[in-house]
Amino acid sequence: MAKPATKPKDDPSPAKAKSPPNLGDNSISPDELKAHYRDMLLIRRFEERAGQLYGMGLIGGFCHLYIGQEAVVVGMQANVRDKDAVITSYRDHGHMLACGMDPKGVMAELTGRSGGYSKGKGGSMHMFSREKSFYGGHGIVGAQVPIGTGLAFAHKYNGDQNVSLTYFGDGSANQGQVYEAMNMAALWKLPVVYIIENNRYGMGTSVERASATTELYRHGEAFGIPGERVDGMDVLAVRAAGEKAIEHARSGQGPYILEMQTYRYRGHSMSDPAKYRTKEEVDKFRNERDPIEHIRKRLLDAKIVDEAGLKAVDTEIRKIVNDAAEFSQHSPEPDPSELWTDILVEA
Amino acid sequence: MSTQVLMPALSPTMTEGKLAKWHVKVGDEVKSGQVICEIETDKATMEVEAVDEGTVAKILVEEGTEGVAVNTPICVLAGEGESAADAETPAPAAKADAPKAEAAKVEEKPKADTPTVAPAVAAPAPEPEWKGGTQHITVREALREAMAAEMRADKAVFLMGEEVAQYQGAYKVSQGLLDEFGAKRVIDTPITEHGFAGLGVGAAFGGLKPIVEFMTFNFAMQAIDQIINSAAKTHYMSGGQMTCPIVFRGPNGAASRVAAQHSQCYASWYAHVPGLRVLAPWSAADAKGLLRAAIRDPNPVIFLENEILYGQSFDVPEDPDFVLPIGKAKIERAGKDVTIVAFSIMVGKALQAAEELAKLGIDAEVINLRSLRPFDTETIVESVKKTNRLVSCEEGWPFAGIGAELSALMMEHAFDWLDAPVKRVAGLDVPLPYAANLEKMALPQSSNIVEAARAVCNR
Repeated sequence: MAKPATKPKDDPSPAKAKSPPNLGDNSISPDELKAHYRDMLLIRRFEERAGQLYGMGLIGGFCHLYIGQEAVVVGMQANVRDKDAVITSYRDHGHMLACGMDPKGVMAELTGRSGGYSKGKGGSMHMFSREKSFYGGHGIVGAQVPIGTGLAFAHKYNGDQNVSLTYFGDGSANQGQVYEAMNMAALWKLPVVYIIENNRYGMGTSVERASATTELYRHGEAFGIPGERVDGMDVLAVRAAGEKAIEHARSGQGPYILEMQTYRYRGHSMSDPAKYRTKEEVDKFRNERDPIEHIRKRLLDAKIVDEAGLKAVDTEIRKIVNDAAEFSQHSPEPDPSELWTDILVEA
Repeated sequence: MSTQVLMPALSPTMTEGKLAKWHVKVGDEVKSGQVICEIETDKATMEVEAVDEGTVAKILVEEGTEGVAVNTPICVLAGEGESAADAETPAPAAKADAPKAEAAKVEEKPKADTPTVAPAVAAPAPEPEWKGGTQHITVREALREAMAAEMRADKAVFLMGEEVAQYQGAYKVSQGLLDEFGAKRVIDTPITEHGFAGLGVGAAFGGLKPIVEFMTFNFAMQAIDQIINSAAKTHYMSGGQMTCPIVFRGPNGAASRVAAQHSQCYASWYAHVPGLRVLAPWSAADAKGLLRAAIRDPNPVIFLENEILYGQSFDVPEDPDFVLPIGKAKIERAGKDVTIVAFSIMVGKALQAAEELAKLGIDAEVINLRSLRPFDTETIVESVKKTNRLVSCEEGWPFAGIGAELSALMMEHAFDWLDAPVKRVAGLDVPLPYAANLEKMALPQSSNIVEAARAVCNR
């Protein structure tokens, strides 16, 4: 939940101590804004490094990067409680970092090492952390939507006031099981927020070519599920919309849909040259709508941090990512005995 | 500290490519994420972005160069103001480098078990002697009693499916459960198998113990992605973190005169999948004891019932603790001349066949598999050592069926004990017809088992 501005701790900017900077949104504290910047930057740098390791052959198979979409998960996570469930598709690295999972464990799973979250047995698309209430990482398009709805069912069944944040892309927004799940969520008033990350392309097919109606936030109307379209490149807009949607779900009013208009800078996966869109289109988003650049500018304009302060954040992130990359290359491959473990829970 | 930029691979199979174009020149400052060059392969062109910051100090591969091997250094970036930690980053390891061992672990990495070989299926404890007498009840009542008993014992257990609550069950298996447990725990779903199977999996991930009833397993084909990809595989794919204690149950196989789409046996489909347990009860005691075990089991369990058996009555122990072990077959009739292995409705037909065979002087041993995964190979092998002859029975199609697996297992474990090739009795390799005469021809009957047993006995 967004809290009123609290006293900042390590802020190098003297200007702010006397009069609060104008952030255009009274519910965000300078500290929180800085934290959002940091969290988005961590995802960006982590993903760039993952792309590099993939290029070096250290990461195999499919690898779907989140670069460009950072504001969505960071803005949403600003509103969650500890035991709120989070579940998403295979473009999941950003969600794991935003849930507070250890970048080392995530990167080591990408390289298929024993120090990875799934001991190297899941890979990029299949990672979980019960401790951080992150329920995966699902490789089948749309499959996480009924599962996320089931997590909401469990929360309601247990009466624990927690909600399920169920993320999916525009590519799965037309899947049958998505509507089956939405119907049950509305029917049973389950505490779930569906976050559609509309990055405009389901692999190489644009939303316009895949969806008879492109207003994805309205796709729950048949079930009476309220929906909203959000600027997914603006972390504060995401956060504000998320606060409202989560409150709706938590208070027992049932599901809510947020369509995040976002953009992925990279291809669908590492092996996608992205020929289905123009370089101009990509550049326009990068240069004019970048979610990190946007907050960086706000931080500077409001004098919350200066260039040196930003550099310090940058250095901190660089170290975290370097350490993760290092760990992921030196953590041993899983022991051969792991081949036969975790198939069944031994009763 | 300078950094070498290496020729990247665009896909797992790429070994070399063309350096098509440089976007930077010596002396340029480069930021993370900035496009520095373009790479071309026969399949694609891709932009390469800088991961590190710095100044381009040297270009090692000129643009237009073809056949540049992956991981060849292509340029050098001179670092500026990098921290000591960065400077210690070693040159990137090439693909072929073996990973070095390091003891560091992720903090929440679960404790690893370390078996060294493919685990043999641990033999479950033999069935104990049950206290008290027996009650003569139908399979339907036995299933209901099992669910009610487990729901009384554990608040996390709930039942969901089509018509399970207000209608009291399409086949009346769940009759009375809504009254006892209320609408919170006995839940009518819309007719959307894919959705509610997935929702059940999510509820299980969230700590509940769902019993998901399919009106019949024919409709579970709509849900099979959730059953296999989500329920069966996630424990493994999560390195043991996630568990999915869920039971998928309902009638399987042919009912009577409902034609091909409603008359299929899915035993071999599910028995194929690691991560699942697959049970197929025959008697009411099987139904009650195995369903209680299934609900208590921490894994996803496929529980294959049979509509025709629902109304048949059997003796069931009255002991309130009655439960059966998963993975243990039962010798329903001891014999010395031929082993007949069956599951579900075919057990009854095998027992009928054994009576016929007895009249012919052939003493058949009938084994009720009860569990298809894990599979009790040991009990069958022990029986074959005695009889030296084996007939397998199933209602499903023969090709890649349970009988095919059983035959292979006997080749591996009992080859020297067999005096005749294993014989399969199975449904005919056709979609099940509607016409009464054709349906009867397509489904295996006890007379087919008699013939098969006589054939392997040369009698």
